[in-house]
Amino acid sequence: MTPPTVETAVEAAVGPAVELSRAGRIPRRLRVWARRVARVVESTPATIGVAIVLAWVLVALLAPVLAPYPPNTTDPLALASPTPSRAHWLGTDHHGRDILSRIVWGARTVLTVAPLAVLGAAALGSLWGLSAGYYRGVVDLVLSRASDIVLTFPVIILYMIVLATFGSSALNIILVLTVTKAPIIGRIVRGLTLDLREREYVAAAKLRGESALYVMLVEILPNARGPLLVDMCLRMGYTIVLIGALGFLGIGLPPPDPDWGGMVRDTYGMMSVWPHMALYPCAAISSLVIGFNLLAVGLRELALRD
Amino acid sequence: MTRGESPAHKEGCSAAPPVLELQDLAISYFTRAGELRVVPRLSVSLGHGEALGLVGESGCGKSTVALAVVRYLGRAGRVVGGRILFEGRDMAAMGAAELSALRGRRIAMVYQDPMASLNPVMTVGRQLMEVPMAHEGLGRPDARERALRMLDEVKLSDPAMLDRYPHQLSGGQQQRIVIAMALIAEPALLILDEPTTGLDVTVEAAVLDLVRELRRRHNSAILYISHNLGTVVRVCDRVGVMYGGELVEEGAIRQVFGNPHHPYTRGLLDCLPTLGRDKHTAPLRPIPGQVGSLRARPPGCGFALRCTHVDPARCVTVPIPVEPVADDPGHRVQCLRAAELGRWQRPRRVAPGTAAGPPQPIVLAVGGLRKVYRAGRGVLGGGGTLIRALDDVRLSAPRGTTLAIVGESGCGKSTLARVLTGLEAATAGSVTLDGEEIGNTLVDDRPIALKRKLQMVFQNPDSTLNPSHTVGYAVGRALRRLRGVPREAAARQVGRLLEVVKLAPELAGHKPHQLSGGQKQRVAIARALAGDPEIVVADEPVSALDVSVQAAIVNLLSELQRTRGVTLVFISHDLSVVRYVADHVAVMYLGRVAEVGPVEAVFAPPYHPYTEALLSAVPVPDPDDQRSRILLEGTLPSATEVLRGCPFATRCPRKLGPVCDETPPPEQEPARGHRIACHIPLEELSRLARV
Repeated sequence: MTPPTVETAVEAAVGPAVELSRAGRIPRRLRVWARRVARVVESTPATIGVAIVLAWVLVALLAPVLAPYPPNTTDPLALASPTPSRAHWLGTDHHGRDILSRIVWGARTVLTVAPLAVLGAAALGSLWGLSAGYYRGVVDLVLSRASDIVLTFPVIILYMIVLATFGSSALNIILVLTVTKAPIIGRIVRGLTLDLREREYVAAAKLRGESALYVMLVEILPNARGPLLVDMCLRMGYTIVLIGALGFLGIGLPPPDPDWGGMVRDTYGMMSVWPHMALYPCAAISSLVIGFNLLAVGLRELALRD
Repeated sequence: MTRGESPAHKEGCSAAPPVLELQDLAISYFTRAGELRVVPRLSVSLGHGEALGLVGESGCGKSTVALAVVRYLGRAGRVVGGRILFEGRDMAAMGAAELSALRGRRIAMVYQDPMASLNPVMTVGRQLMEVPMAHEGLGRPDARERALRMLDEVKLSDPAMLDRYPHQLSGGQQQRIVIAMALIAEPALLILDEPTTGLDVTVEAAVLDLVRELRRRHNSAILYISHNLGTVVRVCDRVGVMYGGELVEEGAIRQVFGNPHHPYTRGLLDCLPTLGRDKHTAPLRPIPGQVGSLRARPPGCGFALRCTHVDPARCVTVPIPVEPVADDPGHRVQCLRAAELGRWQRPRRVAPGTAAGPPQPIVLAVGGLRKVYRAGRGVLGGGGTLIRALDDVRLSAPRGTTLAIVGESGCGKSTLARVLTGLEAATAGSVTLDGEEIGNTLVDDRPIALKRKLQMVFQNPDSTLNPSHTVGYAVGRALRRLRGVPREAAARQVGRLLEVVKLAPELAGHKPHQLSGGQKQRVAIARALAGDPEIVVADEPVSALDVSVQAAIVNLLSELQRTRGVTLVFISHDLSVVRYVADHVAVMYLGRVAEVGPVEAVFAPPYHPYTEALLSAVPVPDPDDQRSRILLEGTLPSATEVLRGCPFATRCPRKLGPVCDETPPPEQEPARGHRIACHIPLEELSRLARV
């Protein structure tokens, strides 16, 4: 019999040491992601936020199944009494269109346009901020002043001009939102870059002759992702409100596609008689915005814990 | 009162209860992952006017104990067992009002970062006066009187000091103010938590001397917490060595550092570079392994997994009692095998040997190097003041040797590293590598062959590796870039390179946050070695590491130098480490080289007065240390000032007179390759006592 070693003695006393690199059947990458997702549950706001957002995503995905009617069919019978009833749970609007169905289909629109606009803004803004923060000096000066100009321009008026000139389409809305939101994200990324560029691993990358683009995208950007993600969630909320406002102003998505802002605009005149027609779409906008904001709060909370 | 002879803690000697008594104290942090017992059981007492040092590496629980004493553990921490008695009263039973009456008045604290303890928007005077006004109800004039007296005691006698704001003071002055604030209420207990850790060694020496002197005058008991064994010797009578939340050994300084019984204490002393050790004659013996997870603590000895004397049958199964050491009253140790180990031998202080081996060709030569920054410059490059970071630096390093650059913060040593590696361009002068001029070429403009030749190891283990990339990627990318190794082959070579730095190849899949500080630094070394460099510039590579880990990294660097013939430029503020690793040393002061030469020559008379002061300030954990101390007075000239004479003249204890202020010091050469920039004649410098 071999004499016991320290390791075996300790193991006997406290159980086997936790192995760091356990080769599981699940791929490592997947487990890492599963762990990350599981961590969201540790924050109450994040959990509620994820629940709300996921619920709306499901609604959007399953719109053809969930919506009781096609969004644009009118029900002449409901015109007499458009208030909520057994046939129309949330009532109908003044054309007799089912509000629930229009909200469900409208989720599709907003959850396509807003994420694409925010992703576009994040991509453009990141490049913008990385270049300004990494090169500093004249590059920073030019880029920062350019973004200041974009930010000082009254947004709604800009939208009106652009959309009036080029016409109102989902693509144009996404593009215009991308350009106007990018400077805000750019500022955040610039600030992070100014700090991260002084890290020793950036110096190490330079010492092995990496290009500026590599340093920005591979060494710096991944470490800015935490604050960037939080801001993107907040930005989603603002963008959804803005899309609603555009719809309300009549320069949103072209009819007859259901658009929450447009629904409010069409019916707010009848607020005193039939408040439900405007209030339900408003509630839909609010809940989605609150969902993204809670998610942002929760993500920030989780980031601070690390 | 002599060290270790304080009568207060001798049992049965006095009826008054000790100032502080911890009885079987147990502290836990409650985290998301459950309870974490950071201090399992700890008993210690501190008598009136006594000074107890708690030493240990990071994570050993020493600061937690200090915070528990003043009940500042925060929301997550809680005392889960035992009692804390302050002057015989149980602190746990005290209400909030009683506690706040104690804090600041009877118990005062000084923390590591003085700037965090001082209010930046209040003058120093108001903050000092606040203490007696709040606690004793003193009126303004009386409080001002007291504040002035206290300033005098901490050797900041200028009354104008009262009207300054914290940011107008130097780090050492700030810490003196914090100490003055702590002592102004004449507390019974003063807790010092790493009070000198952020300070330069000469400033540290002055602060430590001040603490010792004030202690004698105020008769406050001191709980002194530090990771630096040498500083404890200067302040305390008794010392407790902590490991894994337990006090593994306790006794008078002379008992613990002169005749250590616990294997951990011995390990700490064995792996500490001291001024008498170098890599050729007395190699450091690092403690194997690393501080283990608190979750997997064995029921027995917490040190068992790293201990070379462990007996698996006994040490890990049952709790180890703290027992008095036979024939050594007051000395306690928590080790079953303490009595069986035999007496510990202090690593010998060897006589400096002569340089070994034939002279090597110079691989790196620096001549007349100057680096000037312009601060506060406008957008178009106008205006601003000049900061001379490097001024006429001349150095050279023979192939395969270590050139150490040593100096205090702001002396330009890191700027030198950045210029050598091309992260910054020199303003004037030359840097040649193998005869090729590289000083004015930024790294981006250097050919890849040159980048390969010159690599760098950085200071901060937390920032040296990209947290988003795995170890394998970091090292593999360096292989691919510097040597053009294809991706598949790189993966294999990464494993081999990790083995060279004594890491398991499996670590390649890990992210930096899964590694300890020492492991990260090893990965950084592997990354630097990827291109098979000729020169590695190491900027404070071990200063952020615990001593037991530091020794292993230092040994690794020396070994790699031996096996690969790498020339090391080793930048450090720690003279002990420099003494150990270096073949040649350059002592820098305010961007200039004060003294340069072979290590044995620089660390022996004739000294530059600055070298002498630096050496005398190094804290050494040896109770028999008899070195005389040279305290530097005066202030550092600002880096923007144009200095006509010697930069050290304002603080030099051996200043000759106006000549030092007005004429640049001549360079004297006591021996070939040994240069001292000083006005004092060589014969006089040679007569200086050895420190």
